[in-house]
Amino acid sequence: MLIRKPNDIRPSEITSEANYLNRRDFIRAGAIAGGSIISSGAIGAIVSDSQLAPLANIAKSPLSTSETLNSFEDISTYNNFYEFGLQKGDPVANAKEFKPRPWSIKVSGHAEKTGAFDFDDFMKPFDLEERIYRMRCVEAWSMVIPWVGISLADVVKYFQPASKAQYVAFETLEDRERMPGQKGRSLDWPYREGLTIAEATNPLAILAVGLYGNAIPNQNGAPIRLVVPWKYGFKGIKSIVGIKFMSNQPKTSWNMANPSEYGFYANVNPEVDHPRWSQARERRIGGGIFDKKRETLMFNGYGEQVAHLYKDLNLRRNF
Amino acid sequence: MNALQQIRFIWKPIVFLVCLLPLLLLIGDAYGVTGSLGANQIEAILDRFGNWALRFIMIVLAVTPLRRLTDWNWLSRFRRMLGLFTFFYAFMHFLTWLVLDQELRLSDILEDLTERPFITLGFMAVVLLTALAMTSFMAIRRRMGKRWQLLHNMAYVVGILGVWHYWWQVKKDITEPLIYAGILCVLLTARITWRWKQRSLRASAQRCGIRIRKYK
Repeated sequence: MLIRKPNDIRPSEITSEANYLNRRDFIRAGAIAGGSIISSGAIGAIVSDSQLAPLANIAKSPLSTSETLNSFEDISTYNNFYEFGLQKGDPVANAKEFKPRPWSIKVSGHAEKTGAFDFDDFMKPFDLEERIYRMRCVEAWSMVIPWVGISLADVVKYFQPASKAQYVAFETLEDRERMPGQKGRSLDWPYREGLTIAEATNPLAILAVGLYGNAIPNQNGAPIRLVVPWKYGFKGIKSIVGIKFMSNQPKTSWNMANPSEYGFYANVNPEVDHPRWSQARERRIGGGIFDKKRETLMFNGYGEQVAHLYKDLNLRRNF
Repeated sequence: MNALQQIRFIWKPIVFLVCLLPLLLLIGDAYGVTGSLGANQIEAILDRFGNWALRFIMIVLAVTPLRRLTDWNWLSRFRRMLGLFTFFYAFMHFLTWLVLDQELRLSDILEDLTERPFITLGFMAVVLLTALAMTSFMAIRRRMGKRWQLLHNMAYVVGILGVWHYWWQVKKDITEPLIYAGILCVLLTARITWRWKQRSLRASAQRCGIRIRKYK
């Protein structure tokens, strides 16, 4: 039996992987402006046109994977973003009207530079880079996503944390009107996440502001979100309004909600199962119904870059 | 056509087709005709079958209380079909898990069955439902006599196991499992209350020296 994955958007209307990877050639040729790389008419069903702002001056990164990318549709219609609803399809439906501007990010805690920054001012000192990363959700599915973002290490250094700043805490916007999912008590709002300072300054960690060369869709965490590809997806806090340098380990949302199932570290680890399901394998989204699950890799395959951070840590206890 | 024939030749085929709609819609969605299964099709198929199995067990358990409430005795004519559809959707849910999700890997399946309580519960419900489906034929029912009713009272256990399985499976939002649990509670309470009334009725009748036939 052949079951085709249904699509309102014909595959031909979406930027093919080849076109996407060659987009610089298109731009250089002057034939196509960045914005039309993804046909805005077709994607209009997923994000509004105003959201499809192309980003300029994006550098490539050796940290990117060459694996097959997930489609824009998969990445922007299958989301866990409880601020916009609990089902995977809720964020795309409920975040459509969300306005990620004006946006202010408050930097506080043990650092030389602190204060509230308008999004554009916040971004100014940093260079955009494309980072194609695997993303492994704690629910045992995964995707390959072409993020555009800035190095979190650069951000941390820029604000000059004091030596007693051992952790970086992040907070999502709390606004029931703009984020209707917050009217429910599914989590203790606002969403909170945190990293050790060593994790935050690891070259892999980024703050993502774009996807597929355009500004990041609302349902993926506009205007700015964390991406830490060696950790389960829920560590990637979305729509960040607060960054705080702390001396103690910050509280994190899923750990607060269910400490026996979700730890502070949440490193991808095939050997430590979730109490209710195995983490040994994962389903790559977009493979269709007869696609075999693949083995989950330690640290989601990023061990070379991050394993040293945890050499003195019992990963079974500190899951 | 008398009433019985009307049920048999008109209403039963109609109910059968209605019960088949969730399956047809799933196939339509899988082929992109009626809708879409989204990015994670296996999860969507698993959820659809599981949800319909739960809905059908609620519907079939509601038949007898509803019949008593309304005196619509013809309702019981549909009980077996509804029960078999419960089995069908539950079994498809089980097969989806076995073949598409677990890819028939025996070691993984055994690990899940023994170490993940919510899967153990779901499996028990499917085993029970299979026993009920296999003994649903009239000939077997006759041969089993009183034991048949005893076995088929297990439908309630199936309902409890199913809801419990769902409750333990969800990550955070237990709204839907709570709704099912609520419905199950109402249905169970209706049965217990009715039993209890029957018993007191019979006891008082006995005091008056009257023997009454089992009511309905």
